[in-house]
Amino acid sequence: MNTTAKLTVTRGGATANMTMIAIIIAVVALAATPWVFGVGGSGRAVALLVYVLLAVMWNALAGFAGLVSIGQTLFFGTAAYATIRLADAGVDPYLAILIAIAFGAALGWITSLFMLSLKDGEFAIGMWVLSSLAHLCVNLDPLIQGETGTSLISLNAYDIQTRSMITLWMALGITIAVFVILVVLLRSRTGAAITAIRDDEIGARSIGVNVMKTKRIVFVLAAAGTAAAGALWLASASNFQPRAFFGVQWTAYMLFMVLVGGLGRIEGAIIGAVLFFVIETFFAAYGAWYLVGLGAVAVFFALFLPKGVWGWIGPRLPGEAIPTGYIVEKSNT
Amino acid sequence: MTSQLINAILLGGYYTVLAIGLAFMYSVMNVINLAHGALIILAAFGLLVLSSIFAIPLYLAIVIMICVMFGLGLFLHRFVLSKASQGGELLPLLATFGMAIILDNLMFQAFGADSNSLAPLVGDLSWASFELPGNIYIGQISVYILMAAIATIIALEWLLNRTDLGRRIQATSQDRATASLLGIDTGRTLAIATGIALATGVLAAAALGLRSAWGPYDGSAQLLFAFEAVVIGGLGSMWRVMAGAMILAIAQSIGAMIHPQGFLICGHLAFLAAVFIRLGGNGFSLPGLLGKGAQT
Repeated sequence: MNTTAKLTVTRGGATANMTMIAIIIAVVALAATPWVFGVGGSGRAVALLVYVLLAVMWNALAGFAGLVSIGQTLFFGTAAYATIRLADAGVDPYLAILIAIAFGAALGWITSLFMLSLKDGEFAIGMWVLSSLAHLCVNLDPLIQGETGTSLISLNAYDIQTRSMITLWMALGITIAVFVILVVLLRSRTGAAITAIRDDEIGARSIGVNVMKTKRIVFVLAAAGTAAAGALWLASASNFQPRAFFGVQWTAYMLFMVLVGGLGRIEGAIIGAVLFFVIETFFAAYGAWYLVGLGAVAVFFALFLPKGVWGWIGPRLPGEAIPTGYIVEKSNT
Repeated sequence: MTSQLINAILLGGYYTVLAIGLAFMYSVMNVINLAHGALIILAAFGLLVLSSIFAIPLYLAIVIMICVMFGLGLFLHRFVLSKASQGGELLPLLATFGMAIILDNLMFQAFGADSNSLAPLVGDLSWASFELPGNIYIGQISVYILMAAIATIIALEWLLNRTDLGRRIQATSQDRATASLLGIDTGRTLAIATGIALATGVLAAAALGLRSAWGPYDGSAQLLFAFEAVVIGGLGSMWRVMAGAMILAIAQSIGAMIHPQGFLICGHLAFLAAVFIRLGGNGFSLPGLLGKGAQT
């Protein structure tokens, strides 16, 4: 028993390499959609990317920072509105989207100053109150004409082919950027703090993690990512009706994707988004029954499979698919 | 002006009935039931079906629905809340939100998007009013709702402080493990508490249906009103919740005077103001909720 243990610390591995290859293939395939499937295909690809953004961001918030928000539509809707407003003021619509994302991040920072002091359930509905307040205020703007809404008219400066390509590539670029920021963040020192909070908040605090600051970083990132999703959804749909952007169905989608995929894992959020995309493609026409089904599946996962699909797949793979932690192996010498 | 204030206070009576169940579950179980609004709408449809299709008098329908919702509360705790709360504090939120989505859309499928009202069932009472000095007329129903709110609070305070069940509920909410060691069946106690919370929702449903109209998707608005009343007033006692409901109603009424859309906006702003005051942490801020925050 006197042997010295030699520890090898690794990150990544075969599973991570395979995932990287899969992601690169997916990115190339998505980027090529306009030539293969035309304008309609690009629209669907943007929808998929928006779902991925929403799921990854909501998972970062709920899964990593322990913040369940029912009102992320605050950022989704406000960013779309900001894009409309900026475009109306003569800013190029695509530049307007980028500014709206920065605006979303700023709004997230301001909101975090007071909302993060609320506890679990209070934070959850408190965010819903803020989203509802933003919705009401947007309705007051004469440009929006209440629930009638308006269109992102300046997009017409681009012909429909160009427009769908730019929107798709922009969505792809933003999703990759947000994804890279999140992974880099999770692999950094802050990431260790985030994981510690996810596993045990009180424990994390007791070993000196600045819980509030760490949560704020995640919250602002989630605000920016969700804002990006809202602005991109607007660019794709080109109509802005407040109810379609601030509606509670978006929260139901986020909840579904993250719960089904697996709370607390990026891989889970992505799988959840892809599953949701497939389900939506086939069942969205069923209207209210479709929402009943989504709700039922989400409740089922919350009660019986709280770790989601990835909670089943993940442990069966060697190493991590998206390496955010370290693998320590002990070999005796 | 006086008349607007009186009407705001009467509206506050409705918000009190609305918020009692939410506040009760929150203070006993530390769970915010996101399906609270949807369950009230469900109870309202229950009242409508019982009294218009089965021709049961409204007061009897209310009694029946109280029993039904109490039973549903036992069921909800047994099969959803107790299971979800084993998985941490987030899962009950996610599960009840999912339930709200299911209920909203099921009710839409069953009853359509039309708005419904219980007012036709009570005939003249729905527009009868009391005359106060100074030519002020106030709706009788609103007055009865306020009285029902006060009566419910008195009943709940009596239950919590004067009965065996109440003491069991308080013990369980303060320290579940110790209560269980002392021989209290905590699961059963919390199930009964959930049942009570849902049963008070029937009064809210009756109040909603008699005061105005509702549609299948109105649950979320009711949830927000109830939640705002709870945060503005603070937990600690049901009378605080009532005070919060009054402040919410007065803020909304002031908003309505400023702008046609100002009603909801000012209600939300009152909620924000309450959050800021709590952040300030001065003496005026809601010690009940602060006390809860300090426990962590």
